[in-house]
Amino acid sequence: MKRAKIFAAAARLAVYLAALITLGALLFIIGYIVVRGVPHLTWSLFAWRYNSENVSLMPALLNTILMTTLSLLIAVPLGVSAAVYLVEYARRGSRLVRIVRMNAETLSGIPSIVYGLFGMLFFVNALKLGLSMLSGALTLSVMILPVILRTSEEALISVPDSYREGSFGLGAGRLRTIFRVVLPDAVPGILAGVILGVGRIVGETAALIYTAGTASDTVSGIMDSARTLSVHLYALSQEGLYLDQTYATAVVLLGIVIVINALSSALARKVGLHHG
Amino acid sequence: MDKFTIENLDLYYGEFQALKHVGLSVPEREITAFIGPSGCGKSTLLRTLNRMNDLIEGCRITGSVLLDGENIYRGMDVTLLRKRVGMVFQKPNPFPMSVYDNVAFGPRTHGVRGRAKLDDVVERSLRSAAIWDELRDRLKKDALGLSGGQQQRLCIARALAVEPEVLLMDEPTSALDPISTIRIEDLCVTLKENYTIIIVTHNMQQAARISDRTAFFLLGEVVESSDTETMFRIPHDRRTEDYITGRFG
Repeated sequence: MKRAKIFAAAARLAVYLAALITLGALLFIIGYIVVRGVPHLTWSLFAWRYNSENVSLMPALLNTILMTTLSLLIAVPLGVSAAVYLVEYARRGSRLVRIVRMNAETLSGIPSIVYGLFGMLFFVNALKLGLSMLSGALTLSVMILPVILRTSEEALISVPDSYREGSFGLGAGRLRTIFRVVLPDAVPGILAGVILGVGRIVGETAALIYTAGTASDTVSGIMDSARTLSVHLYALSQEGLYLDQTYATAVVLLGIVIVINALSSALARKVGLHHG
Repeated sequence: MDKFTIENLDLYYGEFQALKHVGLSVPEREITAFIGPSGCGKSTLLRTLNRMNDLIEGCRITGSVLLDGENIYRGMDVTLLRKRVGMVFQKPNPFPMSVYDNVAFGPRTHGVRGRAKLDDVVERSLRSAAIWDELRDRLKKDALGLSGGQQQRLCIARALAVEPEVLLMDEPTSALDPISTIRIEDLCVTLKENYTIIIVTHNMQQAARISDRTAFFLLGEVVESSDTETMFRIPHDRRTEDYITGRFG
């Protein structure tokens, strides 16, 4: 009796501690970056051009936006279309569906440096796209495709079959049913996946260093080499010459990632409500 | 005049035979009720009449189903068939869009364009479904915000909007409260002036109240079909009698 009580108390203490350490680590990292970075958030950090005087993050920020847009333009139509095929056209639970799903899961577990190497060998060298925004975006597209595919698939599956029946029952064909009834209802879920993808793009360095390179200017075309904010941060801390600005840049990146995650979970909640 | 003539119909889901040698006539502008215990094939037969079973993997059909003398399984365009033969489902299934867009969905599918024309169709359909007065100020509202009974009448309006000749109703009141049920039953009786209605129901009182003819199903066969009064007063088959007197089912 007494032993059981002691054991319960110890277990409770252990889980409290674990929770505390987890939370503490997160708060410590954020706090550390904020304390070191916020005082150095100056206007010069947001100047249009980067040089060794201002260490502006603006070109990298613009590149990040462009890189994200380009990657999404490639990955979203592909991923959503593939999901539509898997849910609306392929026989449910068929071999092909299972294989594609397993592949997607495996792909999403691969370290991003492997994508980077693949991108370098295939897009940069074999296709001769060079160190460019396009090579980087293509590599990132391959990387986030499984995320987009899986979340879109889940979103489509969660659309009740009664909607499809209702539409078919009115004489609508498959295409009309998909575009007018199923996809609109799945949009929030798909968006949640897209935003997750954006989060991965924004936070990515390893897949980009060997594909998009580290040129510090804002690109003038998709064949230019360019660094995104994360790569910029990596490059800065690698050089070690502008530590203050490095932390300030980290604050900005952190802010962006937190906003993106909040958006994604807000959307996911909305989806839950809708079908709940 | 018979709207549907079903002859020697067999239907299989893979190896399982769900309908056996079904022969049945459905007269025009009357209400025909399909009754029988769960799994007897009444919903399955209903779904062969607008070919909704086409969507089910491994479903195979032999025999013939004639709509105005034309075999719906021989070269009839499914889109056109479903325009002529509308369907209302067991659970109200309005689309997650506005009341107006729900009703306009069918007409738009079949190529009706133009605001004025659509406005007209929407109003007419909602009036026919006896729900115009309740919804006239809420046309732009989300249909999922309506009550269950309103949703089902909206679904009836949605089906009527493509100007069908036949209305198939698959236990349309089984998910509704008694008051909503009565409203839908009254609506059916009104609608039969212009439409042929086939209703699947679990509820024998419902069949007795509103239908002109009744077909009794058991284990995939039509045991008996006749005008409703005869069926309920002097059933021919022992099994029909047992069922309608509540001895099983």
